[in-house]
Amino acid sequence: MNKLIDIENITADPGHLVEEGRIHKSLYSDPAIFEQELERIFNSTWVWVAHESEVAEAGSYKTAFIGRQPVIVSRDRKKNIHVLLNRCRHRGATVCEGKKGKTKAFTCPYHGWGYSLDGELRAIPKAEEYEGVIDKQELPLERLRHDSYQGMIFATFNEDAEPLETFLGGARKWIDLFMKQSGGYPLQVLGDHRFRFPGNWKIQLENTTDAYHFPIVHKSFISSLDDQTSEVFDFLDGEGFVEDLGNGHSVMVMIPELVDLEANLDDPIPERFAELAEALRGEGHEETEVRRLVRAVGGTGFNLNLFPNVACSMAFFRVLTPISVEETEIHHVAIGGAGAPAPFNQMRMRLHEHFQGPMGFGTPDDAEGWERVQKGSLAGPDGWILVNRGLKRMQPSADGNPAGAVCSETGMRAAYQMWKRLMTEEAGE
Amino acid sequence: MADTSMFQQAIDFINSEADLLDHKAYADWLGLWERDGIYVVPVDIHESDFANTLNFAYDDHAMREMRVARLESGESVSGEAQEGTVRSLSRFRLLEESDQEIRLRCAMFLSEVRLAKPLLYPANVEYRLTKTPAGLRLHTKVVRLINAGHHLNTVAFIF
Repeated sequence: MNKLIDIENITADPGHLVEEGRIHKSLYSDPAIFEQELERIFNSTWVWVAHESEVAEAGSYKTAFIGRQPVIVSRDRKKNIHVLLNRCRHRGATVCEGKKGKTKAFTCPYHGWGYSLDGELRAIPKAEEYEGVIDKQELPLERLRHDSYQGMIFATFNEDAEPLETFLGGARKWIDLFMKQSGGYPLQVLGDHRFRFPGNWKIQLENTTDAYHFPIVHKSFISSLDDQTSEVFDFLDGEGFVEDLGNGHSVMVMIPELVDLEANLDDPIPERFAELAEALRGEGHEETEVRRLVRAVGGTGFNLNLFPNVACSMAFFRVLTPISVEETEIHHVAIGGAGAPAPFNQMRMRLHEHFQGPMGFGTPDDAEGWERVQKGSLAGPDGWILVNRGLKRMQPSADGNPAGAVCSETGMRAAYQMWKRLMTEEAGE
Repeated sequence: MADTSMFQQAIDFINSEADLLDHKAYADWLGLWERDGIYVVPVDIHESDFANTLNFAYDDHAMREMRVARLESGESVSGEAQEGTVRSLSRFRLLEESDQEIRLRCAMFLSEVRLAKPLLYPANVEYRLTKTPAGLRLHTKVVRLINAGHHLNTVAFIF
């Protein structure tokens, strides 16, 4: 008799659900596992919340989520950055509902308690009833520990978490390389595309380090490119690789010649950027500047996956927020150069619109694949999902890390080993 | 005083454009456009400088052709899975009319079925149509989705 559910494989212990080359499908569909993930991963490790350019000036703010918890990233009058829980200390309403903007204070809409940008409680209407009851100094918006690397702001609820730089470890080298794509100008967020899909957050996490799907799922995107560009995107048989950087982070190098955007500035200008080069020359930029901008405009040739919620993905930040076990919100954050020539930033936005976001030529097809994975995760009896591609062909990278071919599932295995570590760690470890 | 018959002609043109899109007659839809026209779905519904901001879609002639080619190629898994849309346009208002062009705004309620559930996309849509000897032509279409500032689902059709 056929078994509808592979009962022997279902266990409450997350440690048994992740093996070296496969993961149990309940990781996508079990609400109890999802609740544990919020506690043991999102509430325990470093989570990306913003890029500093999103709160560039004194008085700027941006709202974000760490797991399900709403937070505010703000810059106070002295230009210090804060990450604050978005929750009034009186009756608990959120004090800020804007996506981003500038403000002098966060005022709770319910009873009017007002907080400054550093979270201090400044104003309480009809304060006399609180005389001898509360001390304003003891009721600021709750502040989270946070730190930045190359302008990327991470926050954590865990006071005992290792320093951010240690957590990022081997990924820092790749973040440094990623930041070269603003063409010599300070990197600046230009806007973002936000969409949701009915599937688990880890399906997106995997996708960022999945080169194998590209020629299949994105065939219609590749068909829309000129011949020269579609050759660049034909990388599965190339010299690319996926490297496990530790702590769940990994890098997938698809186009090795686009790893360092400050190198090879004398290479011929690709056909698709010839018009941009002319526009920049027309604005009076020197040939060296033109070549630096043109080389940077398409972004890097790699995807850097940072566990658990952000990727430096070729030319943009890809941010994921878990909504429920079967729903995830994704932001595709477009970036450019602050003060860079308009044709450069325009081209970066047009390239972003071409592939990314809910109306891009790439994302809708990705989402269709992810929805199918979520739907399929309810089907038995085979309860396992394979992430073992390239498992027996690993080689040490130049930096001594485990690495596999560009279309190996090395990055997924790295992420799931980190998942397993966090989900099974004893308190205090 | 605006030419009311021209206003009605413009409404008829826009309704006909909607019918083409709902019935996936994309080649005919491309034929409605002026070559230098722009199709925009902005992220910020209050924005008007579309070239210098990020949009969900900012299509010139080449991008419109590529968008249609993609949806008709049979290579796009989301395009193939898309079951169709039904849109209703109403509350037409004449914004401006000259000898060369007419600008209108209207409400759009578009529904698609996704994973067996109907999804609704309410929007304000603004059109700029040029008057030519061969009739009206589409020059600018700006679709301001009222949910644009939050999050969308992925879209495998044309608004």
